[in-house]
Parts: sequence; C-alpha cells; structure tokens
Amino acid sequence: MTVETFREPKLVTAEEAARREPALRRIWETPPGLAGWLSSVDHKSIGKRYLVTALIFLILGGLEAAVMRAQLSQPDMHLLSPEAYAQLFTMHGVTMIFLYAFPVLSGFSNYLWPLLLGSRDMAFPRLNAFSYWSFLAGGIALYVSFIAGRAPDNGWFNYVPYASRGFDPGVNIDAYALGMILLGLSTTVGGINFIVTLLRLRAPGMSINRVPILIWGTLTASLGNLFAVPAVTLAFVLLWFDRSWGTHFFDSSGGGQPLLWQHLFWMFGHPWVYAIVLPAMGIVSDGLPVFCRRPLVGYSAVALATVSTMVLGFGVWVHHMFATGLPVSSLSFFSSASMVIVIPSAVAVFAWLATIWTGRPRFTTAFLFFAGFVLLFVIGGVSGFMTAAVPADWQLTHTYFVVAHLHYVIIGINVFAVVGGVYFWFPKMTGRFMNETLGKWSFWVMFIGFNLGFFPMHIAGLAGMPRRIYTYPADAGWGGVNMVITLGSYLFAVGVLLFLINIVVSRFKGRAAGANPWDGGTLEWSVSSPPPPYNFALIPIVARRHPLWEEQLAEGEDRSSTNAKGFLLDHGRETLGTTPIDAEPDVILKMPEDSWMPLLLALAVSGLCTGLLLKLWFLFGIGTAVSLLAAVIWLWPRRYLSQVER
Amino acid sequence: MNTSVMSGKVLPVGSKSRHASGWWGMLTVVATEAALFAYLLFSYYYVAAHTTNPWPTGGDPKLDLAIPGTLILIAGSLVMAWGEHGIRRGRNGRLAAGLIVSILLALLFLGIQFWEWFHKPFALDYDAYSSLYFVITGFHMAHVAVGVVMLVAVLLWTALGHFDAERHSAVSIAVIYWHFVTIVWLAVFFTFYLSPRLI
Amino acid sequence: MKAAAFLMPLLGLSVSAQASPLGYLAGSGHDAIEISRLIALFGGVSIAVVVLVALLLLGGLFRRREPDPAHGRPQRDEGGMAWIYVGVAATVVVLAVCMFYNLKTIAAVASPPDDAALTVEITAHQWWWQVRYQDREPQKVFYTANEIHVPVGEKVRFLLSSADVIHSFWVPKLAGKMDVIPGQTNVTWLEAEAPGVYRGECAVFCGAEHARMEFRVVAQEPKDFQAWAAHQLQPAPPPGDAEIQAGRLTFESRCAACHTLRGSSAAGFAAPDLTHLMDRSTLAAGALPNDAEHLAEWIRDPQKYKPGTNMPQVPLSEADLAAVVAYLRTAR
Ligand code: HEA
Ligand code: HEA
Ligand code: HEC
Ligand code: CUA
Ligand SMILES: [Cu+2]
Repeated sequence: MTVETFREPKLVTAEEAARREPALRRIWETPPGLAGWLSSVDHKSIGKRYLVTALIFLILGGLEAAVMRAQLSQPDMHLLSPEAYAQLFTMHGVTMIFLYAFPVLSGFSNYLWPLLLGSRDMAFPRLNAFSYWSFLAGGIALYVSFIAGRAPDNGWFNYVPYASRGFDPGVNIDAYALGMILLGLSTTVGGINFIVTLLRLRAPGMSINRVPILIWGTLTASLGNLFAVPAVTLAFVLLWFDRSWGTHFFDSSGGGQPLLWQHLFWMFGHPWVYAIVLPAMGIVSDGLPVFCRRPLVGYSAVALATVSTMVLGFGVWVHHMFATGLPVSSLSFFSSASMVIVIPSAVAVFAWLATIWTGRPRFTTAFLFFAGFVLLFVIGGVSGFMTAAVPADWQLTHTYFVVAHLHYVIIGINVFAVVGGVYFWFPKMTGRFMNETLGKWSFWVMFIGFNLGFFPMHIAGLAGMPRRIYTYPADAGWGGVNMVITLGSYLFAVGVLLFLINIVVSRFKGRAAGANPWDGGTLEWSVSSPPPPYNFALIPIVARRHPLWEEQLAEGEDRSSTNAKGFLLDHGRETLGTTPIDAEPDVILKMPEDSWMPLLLALAVSGLCTGLLLKLWFLFGIGTAVSLLAAVIWLWPRRYLSQVER
Repeated sequence: MNTSVMSGKVLPVGSKSRHASGWWGMLTVVATEAALFAYLLFSYYYVAAHTTNPWPTGGDPKLDLAIPGTLILIAGSLVMAWGEHGIRRGRNGRLAAGLIVSILLALLFLGIQFWEWFHKPFALDYDAYSSLYFVITGFHMAHVAVGVVMLVAVLLWTALGHFDAERHSAVSIAVIYWHFVTIVWLAVFFTFYLSPRLI
Repeated sequence: MKAAAFLMPLLGLSVSAQASPLGYLAGSGHDAIEISRLIALFGGVSIAVVVLVALLLLGGLFRRREPDPAHGRPQRDEGGMAWIYVGVAATVVVLAVCMFYNLKTIAAVASPPDDAALTVEITAHQWWWQVRYQDREPQKVFYTANEIHVPVGEKVRFLLSSADVIHSFWVPKLAGKMDVIPGQTNVTWLEAEAPGVYRGECAVFCGAEHARMEFRVVAQEPKDFQAWAAHQLQPAPPPGDAEIQAGRLTFESRCAACHTLRGSSAAGFAAPDLTHLMDRSTLAAGALPNDAEHLAEWIRDPQKYKPGTNMPQVPLSEADLAAVVAYLRTAR
C-alpha cells in the first residue's frame, strides 16, 4: 500500500464528529505513567510543565531575595559574607530573568497557542518537548554549581574582566556559561516552533489580522530571540575560550576589549527584556477585554506597537553603557532612541485605559491583576524614561533607582500579568475556578506589598545607594528606607504565597468551571475545560477576531464555525496546515507520535556541552555520538508521517 | 467566511517540499545562524577598530589557498543545487552524485582550512587577532562539518530509496543549510582576507 | 485619600534620604546641579504621567455607567481610538521637549574642559583608589590614596584607569559616574562650588569588597589646597623617639613590599601610599575611621574589617604592632 498523497478533508457536523471522538482520543492520548510523561509531546502537558517549573524557580529566586533583604534591612549587618551575598544576587537575577520570567511565558504560549489558533498541536511537537528538557537542563546546570559550593557571583550581566579566570577562578562562571548555552538552545528552538506554528497552523480563515494579541506578543518575542540570543551565546562561548584556552577576546593585555562583552551582552539583553514582557502584555491585551465586556480598543495599533517595540528594541542597547566613556554622538543617538521607544508603549497603555473606560469592568481577581499591571507598567516605564536621559543616568545608573526600575517593569509587567493570566486560564487548564476570595486577598497583599517594598528603592537610589553592595555604613542614611523595603518585600512574598496556596487548593477543591466560564470570545473557550488531547474534534473555521462573540458584536455577515461544522481529520495524528497570510487550507499535516528522542537529545547535548566546558573529553565524545544518533533517529523519514512513499 | 467556501478542496497530505514545516523551520535556523555570524564578525570589526596593535597580526593573510577554498565551496553549492534539481524530476542517481561530490568538496575545503591553520605563524592564544581568526574560522568549519553530516544522512536515505519527485523535503532542507554555509564563508572570507587590504 | 496616606511616609522617607551624604538631588558641583535640574524635569514629567494614568484608570474603573444594554454579554466596539490618538500625540510633544533638554544637558556636562586647572590620575584597585597629581614639573608629582583634595570653583580633570577589573568613579554630590575600565583611560571632570568633604564610592560591582570602596573629595579654597599640595610633596617626618624608630624598622621590613612611605625606605606599589596617612579621615577606603585604635585593629586583622581585602594579616607581636602604629601616627 502506498502512502496517501492527496485527500479532500471532510467537512462534517458536530454529531458526526462526536461519534469519532473516542477514536480521536485513542489517536492523540499520551499513555499514562512515567514513560508516557517522559515521552509526551502534547503541547498542553509541556506548557503546564513550563509553568510549574518556572513557578518553582520564582520561589527559589524569591527566597534568595528574601535572604538578601534580611542582610540589607539594617546597616552593617553580618548575616552574610560578601561572597555569599554576591552569589545570592547573581543567582537571584539569573533565576528570575532566565529561569522564571521567560519560561513562564513559554508555558502560557505553549499551552495556549494551538488552542488560540484552532490547531491540534504546535508545528514541531517533538522540538517543543526538547525545548522544555533543555530549559530544565540549563536550570539544573546553574543550580548544581550552587550545591557544588560556588555559584555564579558576578551579577547577571557578568562583566569581564571580573568574569575571567584570573579574578573568578572555579567552576561557577563555567556553570553560568553552560546554563546559558542550554537555555539559549531551548529558547531558539522554542522560538522557531512558535514562528512556524504561526505561519502554518492557524485555523482556516484566521488571517494574520485575526490572531489574538498574545500570539503577536509571543511571535515578536520569538523573532526577536532568533536574532538576539546568538549574541549572548557567543559572548559566553568567547568567555569560555578566554577562560579555558587563553584567548584574548576580552583581555586588554592581549589586545582584546572588555567593552566587547558589554556590547554583545546588551545587544542581547535589551531585546530580551522586551521578550520577557511582550507576551505578558499580550496576556493582558487578551484578558482585560474579556472582563471589560468589549473587544480591545485599537487591535491593529497594539499589534503594530508590539512589533515596533521589538524592532526599536534592537537599537537601544547602549543605554546600559552610558557611563562607559563612549563618544557623545553615540550617547545622544542611543539616548534619543530609548525615548522614542516610549511611543509604542504609550499606544498600548492608552489602548488598555480606553478599553477599561469604555467597557464595563467586572472586578474578578484576574481583572484586578490586569488593571494593577497597567499602573505598575507606567511607573516602571517612566523610570526607564528617566534613565534614558544620559546625564540623568550618570547619576542613576548602578544605583537602586535602576533596581527599582527593573522590578517595576519585570514584576509589574511580567509577574502581575502572569498571576492574572493564571487566574484567567486556570479554569481552562484544570476545569476548576480558583478561589476568588483568596484571590482578592492575594491581589491586595501583593499590590500593596510590592509598592511598599519597591517604590522606596527609587528613593534609596536617589540617596546614592549603589546596587550590589552587601552592606552599607550607618552614616550613609539609608537605614530607614531599607527597612521599609525589606518589610514591604516580605509582605509581597506573603501575597505570592497566598497565590501559590490558592493554586494548590483550587486544583483539588475549586468550583467546577464549564467550557467558557468568563464568556470569552476566542477559540480556546470553545472547547471543554480541560481540553481533550486533540484540542478540537473539528478544526474550526474562523471569520472574525472573536468567533464566540459574533452574535453580540454583529460586525458583519460572515460567521465562524466553531462547534457546528468543521474539518474532521482522523487518519492518525493530523492537523490542518494553512497559508501564511490568509490562512487558507493548504495541506494536511501529519503529526508525530510521542517520542523519547527529545529527552535523549537534551541529555546528550547537556553531556556534550558539559564535557566541552569542563574539558571532560570522554563525556564530550559520548555526548556528541549520542546527539548525532538521536538526531538521525528523530529525523529518519517515516511512513506514518508520510515522509516516504513506500 | 462561509464554511462551504472551504470545502471541496483536495489537499496534499504530509511533508512535501515547501509544504513541510521543516522547510520553514530551516529558514528560521538559517536566520538565527546568520545572526550568530553577524555577531562574530561584529566582534572582529570592533576589536580591529579599537586595537593599538598592528592589524592583522602577521600581515595580510595570504590568498593563495583561500581563493581556491572559496571556489571549492561555491562549486559544492552549485553541484548540490544540480543534484536537488535532479530529484525534483525523480532522478535519484543525479541526487546521489550531487551529494557525493559536494561531500568530497567539503572535505577538501576542510583539509585546506586545517592546512592553513597549522601553517599560521601564531597560535590561538597569541593575541586578540589570533583568537578571532581561529575561533571565527573554526565556527565556520564546525558548520561545514555539520553540513557534511546532514549530507551524509541524506545520502544514506537516498541510497535507501526514500526520496522521489514528490517527497524529498529532507533534501531541500539540507540544501538550504548547505547554501547558507557557503554564503557565510563569503562574509568570513571578505572579513579576514579582503577587508585588511581595503584600508 | 488612600494614595495620600500612602504617599506621606514616602515623602518623609525621601526627605530623610536626601539628608544622606550621598544624595545627589541637592548637589554642590557644577555637573551635579546641572543634572539635578534635568532629573527634576524628567522626574516631574514622570510623576505627572503616573498621576494622570492613575486618575484615568480609577475613572475607568469607577465611573458611573448607563444600565448595560447587553446584559453582561460583550458589547459592540464603541470606539475609543481617540484615546490612542490623543495619548500618543501628547506623548510625542512631551518627549520632544524632554529630548531637547536632554541633548542640551549632555552638551553642558559631557565634554571635559581643555582649561582644567588641575589633572588628577586615578587608578582603581580592588578595593581602594590610587591618586596621582599630575604636574608639568616632575618633582611636583605626588601620590596619595582614597582622599582627593581639589580647589573650589576650579575645573579638575580626572584620568581614570584600572589596575584590575571594572570600577566606577562617583562623587554623587559633585557629578555623575564614569566607569573605570582596564585597557582604556576614561576622562571625567568635577567642579566643586562650595568647600566641604564630599563622599564618593565605587559604583560597579568589582568583587567581594565592592561595598567598601569609598573615597572622599575634599574641596578647599585654592590657597588651602595649595598648602595641602605643598605638604603632600614633603616626606613624612623622621622618627622622634625609640619606639617610633623601631616601628619604622618593622614597617620597612614587614610592610614595604606593598606600601610606600616617603621618609622611610618603603616603596612598594601594590597598596595605598601611606606617607601622609594621618591627613586622611578614614582607613581602607572608608572601612574604618582613622584613629589610633582602629589603625591597630586594622593592621592586626584586616580581613576582619574588610573580608577579602588584598591586605593580608601580617603576623606582628603586640609590641611590634604598637610600634608600627606609633610610627604611622607620625605620618602626616
Ligand atoms: C522587563 C522589561 C523592561 C522593560 C519593558 C523596560 C522598559 C524600558 N527601559 Fe529598562 N531595564 C530593564 C527591563 C525593562 N526595561 C532591566 C531588567 C534593566 C536593568 C538591567 C540591569 O542593569 O540589571 C533595565 C535598565 C534600563 C536602563 C539602564 C539603566 C542603567 O543601568 O543605567 C535604561 C536606560 O535607558 C532603561 C530604559 C528603558 C526604557 C526607556 C523603557 C521603555 O520601554 C519604557 C516605556 C514605557 C513608558 C514610558 C510607560 C508608558 C508610556 C506612557 C504612559 C506615555 C507617556 C510617557 C511619557 C511622556 C514619558 N532600562
Ligand atoms: C523576574 C524578575 C525578578 C523578580 C520577580 C524579582 C523579585 C524580587 N527581587 Fe529582584 N532582581 C532581579 C529580578 C527580579 N527580582 C534582577 C534581574 C536583579 C539584578 C541582579 C543583578 O544585579 O545581577 C535583581 C536584583 C535585586 C536586588 C538588588 C541586589 C543588589 O543589587 O545588591 C534586590 C534587593 O533588594 C532584589 C529584591 C527582590 C525581592 C525582594 C523580590 C521579591 O519580589 C521576591 C518575592 C518572591 C518570593 C519571596 C518567593 C515566593 C514566596 C514564598 C515562597 C513565600 C515564603 C517566603 C517568605 C515569606 C519570605 N532584587
Ligand atoms: C600584600 C600587600 C600588603 C602588605 C604586606 C601590607 N599591606 Fe597594608 N594594604 C594593602 C592593601 C592592598 C591595602 C588597601 C586595602 C583596601 O582598602 O582594601 C592596604 C591598606 C593599608 C592601610 C590603609 C591605607 C589607607 O589609605 O586607608 C594601612 C594603614 C596599611 N595597609 C598598613 C599596613 C601595615 C602597617 C603593614 C605591615 C604590617 C601592611 N599594611 C602590609 C596591602 C598590603
Ligand atoms: Cu570598585 Cu566596585
Ligand atoms: Cu535596556
């Protein structure tokens, strides 16, 4: 029998599809048990894994911060040695930025993308699994060094020459390099997956101007990462060469340039800070309108602003280097560019404000987080606007003012959006509501604690307190403000704790939620909660931005078809591929079965990189051989994927 | 959009050349790899612009091997394109021939590169220029090596008769990468061999 | 009301924080004053933006609304685009003004003057500052550490270089920061407008004792400054009594590998010049006050007061220690 080469996808009714559902479930379900868990390629389980892992890292990073805050609560404290403090603030920053803030968004996107797009999985399900495993490996690599006695201790941006062997011997910086290379790999393949999914796997009719803003956010972040991540990977590889092979990339005695590190790091770093917020802004742009009972104001403007933020974001990295002695012309350029980037943010802020103003807010917990997010974003944004002014930055840089800025933007835009997003989509993921009373408590404790803990950091910064100091003299006059910061941040931690408790309690005891508990308008709400393994029995056909709100909005004649009539693809794991712009049916895509290769490849690549970094050539050899093997098995042309004819 | 408009269209099933998700995936891989080389070359120009040492160390690099090496890579790319055209018409033999010749040319290129490496008057750890030279060309050679591995896998699958005029997306995907490796070499070649002569 | 209750303690905090010797909003140097004006402008705009957005947000949340015709179902798009048009237009105008003042201030503070009265070379070390006063006449060049004297009302140029890692040179009340980067010499300048002692600190993380890498800038009337500089050129006075004499010998044998003390044979170059140690108000880059007790404590166990410092614990008998301290107490 030859492989089927052409087929007309069957357009069937919901009743017919219901009859086929047991078969679809059999085709798509991952077998239970550990083996199934380790080999699953279902985007929903991968998404949830990402979310849970990232939240664990949030707790770890938060506990590190809590210890730091104890040390800083009063002048001349001796709770921590300088070395311990340096490891804590470094691991705190690295954990939060790389192991929490981005992966948590990958979690949302992985879980939600196919559901939002009306597809049955991501374009590369196995790559998706690999992306998670290599993220986990990177996280473990970083934390192993902690256990091994010395963690990275040079700040998250790890400036040379302090990071070179001469000043920072030991395995800690190598562990940082290893972690970053694995995380870079994870981010890159994840980004590739999102981009191709967007290009290929949208439901028929979901043209590019109908995708939710979260899709725009993750797409933009993914594209940005494609171009930004190589810079930091390269920086760490060159650093490894300097540390292990005596090269002179960053070593001024050999003709190298310490500032090259800073350029490479921030060419990555600045786009990255937008990558860790744009999807979160997407969460709010999609969630907020549901609770305002109207579509988002200015969809196209917000989508455009998302993309232009990232584009401009590639042209402002030097604002992290204003005090390094660059020529005035270059400073003026990057300073102005950093101010221009305020404009797309203004578009988004006014779109959210208008949505609230002209809508009819329902004060759910999720809504409170989204509304709070708007205010925190603006506070964080304007402090960025202040540091964008070069002369002002000469005073503000390297002080707690910058620490205040970065926490307002990251906690404000990332954490608040994420927590709100969890309250919003938890019913979809688990079939249960989170507790609203506890939810409101968690919001108010977090909101007040956050402002109490982090707003005074601006004041500490204006009072001249540098960052990354393990203690300070009493006569500097920073004691009072630091005590307030510590107390406030502990209050914030209590709020986070309430949120975490709420997750655990609601997971088992929450009120049951139906398919569309918030009366949302996008496709994920058209399937049961939690969704079946195949997401959609019928591939929906989309005619509007809010397929579930068409009757109310009555924007025109055409109607989407979500649960009435659609394509049934049931010859094995299949989904519909559509054209990149207009999303017209283009191909029936065969989707892979569960596979061990992603896990194996992630292990092998970790071994390969560890061997290389630590010059354990045996490990390197095995890692390389197994990687090759796993890759070839993975890519071997399969009949069931209809990659071979006979 | 009306559901009836959507029906009645016969669609291809599974991965076929540009219908394969992998084809799009490889384009994105090439984009990120291109960025990697852009940063590598940025590092070169950055250090060159700020150095106080004579640049390049050891004088302008000789062209007598670099030019043949460049031509060899280009030839490999062209032969590969010829082989891929073959399989589009179902000619397995032409594809195999293209693959074999490309692989041999690539190995020859690697040989030449190694020869150059071992005849440089300086070692990796001599100064910033030597670091850049070995690491950037090394990065490129690693990419050639990965390309060779891909082509060998594709050759194996060709020998097993996995490809035909309809289904050969693995070939198309590997070929994109292969052309990329050649194009990147042109940028590396320009940077190391030509740019010092221009100023 | 809630906001006001929330803001009051913050206001109190910020007032107390500006009393800090390192607060730069109340500056005393040309640059710092110029910059604090720019911060005031940008800060004012920022506060206005935040207040405005907060009001719009509160209004949006709590404003009175007509009964809902859609009965809780989503309603038609009622426009709202005007918000974006107006908001963005206002933003652009405000940004343009801010950008203009930004560029103007850059021009005013960035360029180092050609007519500097004085040029001082700073070499940052983990975790102290070496200071070298340049002069056209070589015999008028001298070294000191951690305390920099400058004449009031005159532009002083600083050439910054590093002996090891990246540091940052910062005297908040006088001017903004300039990083100190190995392999390059960055230039910055200061002009103090009133006499006084201004605290400075290292602002870029540079290792274990980054937190204790302070220095002081002493701005003096020009004639006082001249007198100070002339005094710095002198060696330390010769030992008076026998104990001091013994102290000097111990110092020369045990400390000279690193320290210089003109007037003794000690000429090490890895540590602060101690010739006029007693003219300084602190020890070890601000870690301890400079008095006999703390001096002895420091020499007895530097690691206790500045864990990680590059000064080792030099084993000395109590008598030797007392003698060394007695000798150093004469270094003025
Ligand atoms: C997480 C995401 C994130 C986001 C979104 C931003 C957003 C911005 N950031 Fe921030 N930034 C960080 C994360 C982020 N940053 C981090 C982590 C660091 C520190 C790294 C480290 O050193 O450890 C940093 C540091 C940093 C610096 C370096 C400070 C220093 O070290 O000296 C600068 C300097 O220009 C800067 C600028 C900006 C600007 C101009 C924006 C703009 O995009 C903000 C624009 C938004 C608004 C302004 C609000 C909305 C607008 C309106 C309501 C319109 C009206 C407004 C006006 C008229 C002003 N940031
Ligand atoms: C996602 C990003 C993120 C997040 C969420 C946070 C969250 C917090 N951060 Fe951090 N921070 C950074 C990113 C982030 N930070 C970065 C990038 C840096 C720069 C690092 C560098 O300089 O290299 C930094 C630096 C930084 C500093 C400056 C250190 C220095 O320069 O010396 C401080 C100091 O106060 C600080 C504090 C905090 C606190 C108190 C929290 C709190 O919000 C944490 C609250 C969360 C928890 C505590 C965990 C959950 C709660 C529980 C499990 C309950 C039980 C616990 C208790 C009751 C204590 N952070
Ligand atoms: C191995 C080198 C070394 C030796 C030996 C050494 N010192 Fe030091 N000393 C240093 C360094 C480095 C510093 C700066 C420490 C810092 O601020 O972190 C310092 C600082 C000092 C200071 C404070 C200087 C200031 O400007 O505040 C004094 C006083 C001092 N040393 C005295 C001594 C005496 C007395 C001895 C011998 C008993 C001695 N040192 C031996 C390296 C050394
Ligand atoms: Cu020197 Cu920090
Ligand atoms: Cu930035």
